[in-house]
Amino acid sequence: MNENSKISLRNVSKSFGHKHVLDGLSLDIAEGESLVVIGGSGTGKSVMLKCILGLLEPDDGEIYIDGQQVVGLTGRKRETALKKTGMLFQYAALFDSLPVWENVAFGLMQAHGMARKEAKDIAIDKLALVGLDADMANRNPSSLSMGMQKRVGLARAIATNPEIIFFDEPTTGLDPIMGDVIDNLIRDCTRQLGATTLTISHDMESAQKIADRIALIYKGSVVWVGPADDIDHCGNAYVEQFVQGNIEGPIELDILKP
Amino acid sequence: MEWNFLAAIGRVTLRFMAAVGHLSLFTVETVKHIALPPFYFRIFLRQLMSIGYYSLPVVGMTALFTGMVLALQIYVGSSRFNAESAVATIVVIGLTRELAPVLSGLMIAGRVGAAIAAEIGTMRVTEQIDALVTLSTNPYKYLVAPRVLAGMITLPILVLIADIIGVSGGYLVATESLGFNPSSYIKNTFDFLETRDVVSGLIKSSVFGFIVTLMGCYHGFNSTGGAQGVGRATTNAVVSSFILILISDYFLTVLLLD
Repeated sequence: MNENSKISLRNVSKSFGHKHVLDGLSLDIAEGESLVVIGGSGTGKSVMLKCILGLLEPDDGEIYIDGQQVVGLTGRKRETALKKTGMLFQYAALFDSLPVWENVAFGLMQAHGMARKEAKDIAIDKLALVGLDADMANRNPSSLSMGMQKRVGLARAIATNPEIIFFDEPTTGLDPIMGDVIDNLIRDCTRQLGATTLTISHDMESAQKIADRIALIYKGSVVWVGPADDIDHCGNAYVEQFVQGNIEGPIELDILKP
Repeated sequence: MEWNFLAAIGRVTLRFMAAVGHLSLFTVETVKHIALPPFYFRIFLRQLMSIGYYSLPVVGMTALFTGMVLALQIYVGSSRFNAESAVATIVVIGLTRELAPVLSGLMIAGRVGAAIAAEIGTMRVTEQIDALVTLSTNPYKYLVAPRVLAGMITLPILVLIADIIGVSGGYLVATESLGFNPSSYIKNTFDFLETRDVVSGLIKSSVFGFIVTLMGCYHGFNSTGGAQGVGRATTNAVVSSFILILISDYFLTVLLLD
């Protein structure tokens, strides 16, 4: 494990039945760094994220956050480890039963024991940070557009000022302009917090905008990792095929050819 | 052919045993989280309202018409051997010991168990339960424990109300259309009613409340496969609650007979 790593994955493997989704994946993310993981559908990106968050248990390998092994942590120990993280889900995953402000303040009240009044004030500040006014605070999440839901999800992810933030496909389902708004918010908010971020994305434009480094996953392991600026001329056949969107190349597609 | 048949039986048996084991672990985890702090009082109160207060009309209607029908049917039967005076006693004992707890349990399974399974199932497939975990909140403690506890507490209260409404229904039919003397009907109702008749019904209903809410939470929690999965979870929650209520009713009756 690299001593400067905020997050470190060592030979992580995970299978579902006979399908090996992660196959000895190793990756290091330095403190304050923004790493974007790219790769085709079904290559193991989301499973990797779920393993780091403890939503799935790897079959093999080690995962460290701040040098602490998080695989196998349960109960209070896991909750404590997760207190330093925030997460923006692909479709925001806002709680339907709670108004917008309670969604944003959820971590503050439940995990940090903050009083409702104080948590509401912070939630409204965070909503302002993502460009939503206080009138939104009492609305139900289901009445918001997907772009707004993502912004509320981002406000929730940064509400506790976490040291690490995970983004799962932050621009999926958004039009290009709203996607750009979300990218800018992610970049600005995380820089303001000085957080370490791990983003999963298919969107190359988005990846290049928010990443310091980019890693490409194929068949459950990292085939290339390097600075975001190098991705267009890295000389890696996998990266070139993925970036250019070619059918021909080393990346095999699970589709029947006519 | 014979081998295939045996293999099929083996597969079904193994699947059944796995489901029983899974449900047992879920039950143990639920009971543990009911007993141990922290306790989400606000959510518990919301569930008391949702399970208890909003179920009053359906339970009340069920009890009223059951009491009325019971009085009519018992009158028909008892008049064959000149035992019409037993109508009041049989109505009250039948309701308190058996019909009010079982019918209320079944009605609550249809109304509340289905709603719980659908809500938690939707939370599962939209990653809201994963979001809870990333916000350092235990979903058993936040979602399951308050619902199960509220079910165990509210169902006996509903059954007590159902007892009163059901007996009143029987009284109405007996005095208005069967020609019973009101004061002697009331006297017969209370003369042979014992505390244990009511208490045994309340104990049963608390167990039924546990079963209904646990099944709703269990099937919702483990739902997979999008909207179809949520629909399946809802059906399974209701069907399994019905079956478990009827089976446990027999064993509880044997246990509480003396």
